[in-house]
Amino acid sequence: MSAPSKPRKHPVSPKRREQNRREFLRTSAFALGIASVSLLGFVPVVEGRSARLRPPGAIKKRLDEHEFLAACIKCGQCVQVCPVEAIKLGDIDDGFGVGVPFIEPREQACDFSCDGLQCVLACPTGALTHHLDFPADARMGFARLARPKACLAVQGKGFKGVARGPGFKGILRYSEVDRWNPIPVAEHPYDLEICDLCVRQCPIEQRIIQCAEEDEKRKKQGPQALVAKRIGHECPPKHAITLEPIDSGDGKRRMMPVVQDGCVGCGVCEMICPVESAAIVVDIDKDADSIGG
Amino acid sequence: MRRSYIVESLRQLFGWKPTRPTKDEQPERLKQIYQSKRGKLSKADLEAAHIEHKRPFGNKWQIRRWATLIFINLLFVISYHFDVQLVEGALTASRVVGFHMADLNSALQVTLAYKHVVLNLVIGTTTVFVLWLLLGGRTFCSWVCPYHLVAEWAEYLHLWLVKKKIVKNHVFNRKVRGIFWLIFGLLAFATGYTVFETISPTGILSRALIYGPGLALIWIGFLLLFEIFYSRRAWCRYACPIGVTYGVVGLLSPVRVKYNAEACHHEGDCRKVCLVPHVLDVTIRGAAFDVEQDIVADCTRCGMCVDVCPTSSLTYEIKGLGKFL
Repeated sequence: MSAPSKPRKHPVSPKRREQNRREFLRTSAFALGIASVSLLGFVPVVEGRSARLRPPGAIKKRLDEHEFLAACIKCGQCVQVCPVEAIKLGDIDDGFGVGVPFIEPREQACDFSCDGLQCVLACPTGALTHHLDFPADARMGFARLARPKACLAVQGKGFKGVARGPGFKGILRYSEVDRWNPIPVAEHPYDLEICDLCVRQCPIEQRIIQCAEEDEKRKKQGPQALVAKRIGHECPPKHAITLEPIDSGDGKRRMMPVVQDGCVGCGVCEMICPVESAAIVVDIDKDADSIGG
Repeated sequence: MRRSYIVESLRQLFGWKPTRPTKDEQPERLKQIYQSKRGKLSKADLEAAHIEHKRPFGNKWQIRRWATLIFINLLFVISYHFDVQLVEGALTASRVVGFHMADLNSALQVTLAYKHVVLNLVIGTTTVFVLWLLLGGRTFCSWVCPYHLVAEWAEYLHLWLVKKKIVKNHVFNRKVRGIFWLIFGLLAFATGYTVFETISPTGILSRALIYGPGLALIWIGFLLLFEIFYSRRAWCRYACPIGVTYGVVGLLSPVRVKYNAEACHHEGDCRKVCLVPHVLDVTIRGAAFDVEQDIVADCTRCGMCVDVCPTSSLTYEIKGLGKFL
């Protein structure tokens, strides 16, 4: 009912009314279509296909990446600062995980070459939380000897050559070569009596060794030098992986890598493992805290 | 009834039709202008005006705009690939020589989904808000957004196909864009995921340029095909919530396109090239409230109308700084 004081609106012609009806239907279909496509992003998330190894500091609770996907602004600044280019961004088949950083450890693991957790510092939203200061604080996942029979150490074998073949593109920091510049794994041959690559290259284990060396040096320099105190977990408080002898009863010397409570799940062991496919892998649904260490 | 610039802008941003003046609302001077032009312009006159208007760089603003858009997006690419660290990140969030910048709509999505106020985002959005407040709001769309450029190219194809009568343009109700803006805000809040970012062509294209192409480009291709064969500039016109967000910023921006009715022939070249032609309804004979009137905030300040107008009735202005160019 229109107020009598107002001029009556033009009567709508049947043709115009039909046009309006079509426009309304078309618009509704458009709105529904776009909204549905955007909600398709749920599918990979619900199916768990979008769950991946995330950079250090990713706010997630085991398999629940909800908060992490929400907080990430999908800008890739973490990608840009990573010195070993370990971080990649999710594609649209990750659904809501599109543009979200992840690590494919077998291709290129995070070896903490940057020491200072550059990705964490670069993150503008705190999706990579600033609450961790040192690699040992990270909880990315947890390593597991998935195929013990394939493990060279378990077989009592050594390893000679380049770890992943000459064509492997991954890079790693070798402190003994250059602490500041990672080099291709393919340019660093080994000759080991018994394969211990996963332990030898573990960034946590390397840091523990460095700390011990530093302590040793300081002791030699006398009591004053010892004053230089370390902060937080600058030196990892726990071992991440150790090589332990196993008794096979056949007289052969066999060893087994044992993942310890200090493992942060960086994935270097998975990357460096010379057998195909890797005998040791990183599980993303576990971490040192959840394991009860 | 004449509404203030802000109210009228908001109405048009959210899909309402432009307000038309009644005869009593128009000043005598404007009525005279309209009156003096009645039936004056013959086809030959119009032709003459067009020829006179043809300058060597008739699309001056388009060239400048494309150059700017490509330059800004290249800055991101170059900064990453040559490690210049000038502009790190993507269009969703970045550091420009160390200063945080965050896309307003992406920041809104993250804040609604994450339900935390992140200090860096507050800093980043404030910087970006002030920047676009100074530069015109939806200026972001036409001068920065990479999807805008590819959609502009697709638009030429669409217009050519329409001219050849191979395809027909289908319009949607413009109110749907405001509804999208609400839907995506609500979805982010309700689901706790940044739902819109999954399909945002701005984010997808920006990341594809910087970090390399991926499957997500299929979605971009689909959108472009939809625009070429079904509906002209459909994403920017009827869907993109980023445009609404920046449109709101533009409400208070001093950078606007100004219309002057004095020399206008009202033959609508400007409306034919415009991404958001409703903002140019004011150029229709009898539709202006005043001799001079600012184009509302939904305008992307792309300058297509400034380029095309044969009588320079549409010009850029910076409110409070007088006319420039």
